[in-house]
Amino acid sequence: MHRWIGGGPSDRRAILSELGKDSIDQLFETIPAGVRAGDLDLPAPMDETTLLTRLEGLAAENVSLDVMPSFLGAGVYRHVEPAVVDAVLQRAEFFTSYTPYQPEISQGTLQAIFEYQTIISRLAGLDVANASLYDGATAVVEAALMAHRVLKGTRNRVVVSEAVHPMYRRVLATYTSALGIEVVTVPAGEDGRSDAQRLADAAGDEACCIVVQSPNFLGAVEDLSAVAGAAHGRGALAVHVVAEAASLGILKGGGAHGFDIVCGEAQAFGIPAGFGGPHLGFFATRTKLVRQMPGRLVGQTVDAEGQRAFCLTLATREQHIRRAKATSNICSNHGLMLLAAVVWLELLGGKGLAELARANLARAEDLKRQIRALGGGWKLAYPDTPTFNEFLVLGPANGTKLQQALLDRGVLGGVPSRLWGGSWPDGLLVAVTERTTKDDVAALIDAMEKIS
Amino acid sequence: MRRRPLRNERLIFEHNRERRARGRYELPPLDVPAVDAGSVLPEEQVREPLADLPDLGELDVVQHFHRLSQMNFAVDEGLYPLGSCTMKYNPRVNEVAARLGGFTALHPLQPASQVQGALRVMWELDQVLKTITGMDGVTLQPAAGAHGELAGMLMIRKALEARGEHREEVLIPDSAHGTNPASATFAGFEAVEIASGPDGTVDMEALDRMMTDRVAGIMLTVPNTLGVFEPRIVEIAELVHGRGGLVYMDGANLNAFLGKALPGAMGADALHINLHKTFSTPHGGGGPGAGAVAVSRGLVPHLPVPRVIRDGDAFEILWDDPASIGPMRGFYANFLILVRALTYIWGLGAEGLAETAEVAVLYANLVRHRLTSAYHLEYDAPSLHEVVFDDAFQRAHGVTNVDISKRLLDYGFHPPTMSFPLIVHGALMIEPTESPAPEEVEAFCEAMLAIAREAEESPELLHEAPHETPVRRVDEVEAARHPTLRWEPSEKS
Amino acid sequence: MSVPKDLRYTKTHEWIRREGDVAVLGITHYAQDQLGEVVYVELPDAGTRAAPGEELGTLESVKAVSELFSPVGGEVIAVNERLTDAPHLVNDDPFGEGWLVKIKISEEPELLDAAAYEKLVAEESQ
Repeated sequence: MHRWIGGGPSDRRAILSELGKDSIDQLFETIPAGVRAGDLDLPAPMDETTLLTRLEGLAAENVSLDVMPSFLGAGVYRHVEPAVVDAVLQRAEFFTSYTPYQPEISQGTLQAIFEYQTIISRLAGLDVANASLYDGATAVVEAALMAHRVLKGTRNRVVVSEAVHPMYRRVLATYTSALGIEVVTVPAGEDGRSDAQRLADAAGDEACCIVVQSPNFLGAVEDLSAVAGAAHGRGALAVHVVAEAASLGILKGGGAHGFDIVCGEAQAFGIPAGFGGPHLGFFATRTKLVRQMPGRLVGQTVDAEGQRAFCLTLATREQHIRRAKATSNICSNHGLMLLAAVVWLELLGGKGLAELARANLARAEDLKRQIRALGGGWKLAYPDTPTFNEFLVLGPANGTKLQQALLDRGVLGGVPSRLWGGSWPDGLLVAVTERTTKDDVAALIDAMEKIS
Repeated sequence: MRRRPLRNERLIFEHNRERRARGRYELPPLDVPAVDAGSVLPEEQVREPLADLPDLGELDVVQHFHRLSQMNFAVDEGLYPLGSCTMKYNPRVNEVAARLGGFTALHPLQPASQVQGALRVMWELDQVLKTITGMDGVTLQPAAGAHGELAGMLMIRKALEARGEHREEVLIPDSAHGTNPASATFAGFEAVEIASGPDGTVDMEALDRMMTDRVAGIMLTVPNTLGVFEPRIVEIAELVHGRGGLVYMDGANLNAFLGKALPGAMGADALHINLHKTFSTPHGGGGPGAGAVAVSRGLVPHLPVPRVIRDGDAFEILWDDPASIGPMRGFYANFLILVRALTYIWGLGAEGLAETAEVAVLYANLVRHRLTSAYHLEYDAPSLHEVVFDDAFQRAHGVTNVDISKRLLDYGFHPPTMSFPLIVHGALMIEPTESPAPEEVEAFCEAMLAIAREAEESPELLHEAPHETPVRRVDEVEAARHPTLRWEPSEKS
Repeated sequence: MSVPKDLRYTKTHEWIRREGDVAVLGITHYAQDQLGEVVYVELPDAGTRAAPGEELGTLESVKAVSELFSPVGGEVIAVNERLTDAPHLVNDDPFGEGWLVKIKISEEPELLDAAAYEKLVAEESQ
């Protein structure tokens, strides 16, 4: 009789008797004997106290970011975490409900998504955003596959800048390899930025899209107008990937520069690092392409009394209706993460988001200035390239060794730039946010000075 | 659901319309010199703050979301018998565990020495899922069931390639979830539908005929979407394996035989497990879920990377393996969902797992027994964890499954899954799960019986339902004909 | 269920009306009833070549998608532009204002007459 399971022995006997059965086993008679499970080799059930003690023990084996200065980024950033966000997420009306298929009793979830779609589409500089995807990597995949569909499958090449997050590119390769879509990777130039001409050359007349990330994996802010022009010049769609969504507080989304799809990772908006997930994939495009868009959408309508109401819409794109011809196999979204993002964004407001982004920029510029002054083999890989809150630093050893040496001095100094390979210099990607303190920076600079 | 919000909640963009400066959330003080953005960033890329998102005080935002929440139905409110979704109770201790600072404030790229506890969580969950399924390997990467299906089908593709074979088709019963054909397609296969036999299970003759050397395998839901266990599951797997194919098992309905039967023994080569269904992680209004995939020995080499590997007492991450299909997503998994699932499984233990399936099946049979006289049952094979009725009796009075579902809202219950599986016209798919007290299940049955009477006596009551919800029946046709997918400032209301 | 006598039908529930060497094409009353309220119609551009049985477009309701197959071979010479803003015409007047495309016929296979189509519908609706 477990606390999470309804009823007790006498309740169950009464039901069995109503069903005319002698035992529960009779209800499982259709399962052939050969596939039955014996006693499973699992630990005994645990009471809540014992259970939590065990989990706390595991959590305590980790070194939390709360106890060590951290400059780790590379797709996961630690921004402010207002108490209100988790308080909203803990409301059972949000977290214990399902997909809002019944709009009459799901207006809360639906309106929150509608507000999220509105804000994301504005940040992206495009007309419409979906109700979220799994994460940044899968959002990039969905963008490439959508471009492939928009061009009716006639163009089988995806051109992607090498400075798109290597992990995203790897996931793209997993998906495209099964579909016979070719991925051509174009290295960034000497300044860490993608070269629009080289992207266009790689595209030829075969590409369905050109994909760049900005700020890119190396931290560089790309020349977005040039890239959009290159893509359109070759008859391809232009895809702007954003791995650090806080940058959208100060930098226009790709839609403003002519991009057709803006997508990526919105973990920055109030979602904990959480050892890599769950995070939040976002996706925006133009109205005219909406029928090729993957993922759920919420629309505004009216109820039987003419009152404003919201519901899921344009579902005919999705797998439960179009089955093998669906625009994606996704049949969920990261609803609760989207809720975290929309609460976070609304709490900060438009001005707060801008202020946050400016604080990131200012702290990054301050740290870059201090590193420029260091000497001892430490320098910026791309000293003249515009960046937001992350940049590539070269030191007296390779990235992996630098990371370890800094860790020995009590600082998580950055992510080795060649963790996943890459044709760029081997150093550390160093990220700051508005949470980075003067003391954190002093600890990093002090540790760097001692390694030379 | 009689409760209404005190008033309709405006969109956030309609608050503080004068855009007055107000005390909003404060950032840590900026103790470095401010920077002129235009001087360090390309000037044409620098944006103005979003004008539509107003300054609001903390209580304004809290009230906004509190009021929105009041318009939602949830598991904590009442029975949520949504078939194939397994809307069970989400234990609160899961939430506490997943919010421990040692899990949330953890960057995925911290050195392995700093994240041993997190890697251990994944390794432990991996072990228990292998035990529960009787299979040989597990990936925890997929973010949802459909994502798990795709991972499984890509592994099947890779395994066939490793044998030097190229097979184009995948057989999928007509009763399957729409994700099955979609996932097969995105894995580069052609989905071929195989008709169900008269009892709703796989037609062995059709399978025998269709299972050629062009066929990579079959995608099978066990128990199937009618809640019926495939009685010839072992023969099906033997036939498919005998012809060089592989068996993908959709584990969406694992709650039906948790601790009772082993997919490994049934001949499954890949099986996805919806942690948000069977293992109680919250549905979150649509996600995030997690769709772990268990595989047979032949597919183990092809599991996605990165993987957690154990070296003595230490755990490491393996990023590269040429035999792998590659990564399915960023980083490792929806880790904080995994923490919840492991907490749940450890809380239940082996006995609790078996008890889960027992009570889930008992309740589904109770519902079936109580409603059989009032609702039509197209397929009468024995039910496990769910039962699929339809609206055939009520259609005579001009009442559809939609009307029945909307009326249920007035009685304070979430409706069943509607119009699925496709092989049942006007389907009402009911899955009570094991969580509620019997009184709650009985009250639901009473409501369904009352609605069946209303359908005969006053069908207009059902056509116009719901009556008691925060909004009345929502016009989904209007939404699709004139898509309004975001708020526009001109819409001053 | 209305089935006008002067039209020809397909097993996939399209109808055509001959106007000289042009076929006006639509879906039947039965088809629109099965589909439910049409919310979106996707039609080919004028100039598209179609073979008999080839997919020409799709019609969508809120919860279903139905493909439109060309009953004849030929060239699409006109599409019903009004459906972009008024897809409900397919429901309101399937044999009239809810027509979908006009095709200049180059190949016309055997089609069902009204009696044969009525029989088909009677069988399907059982």
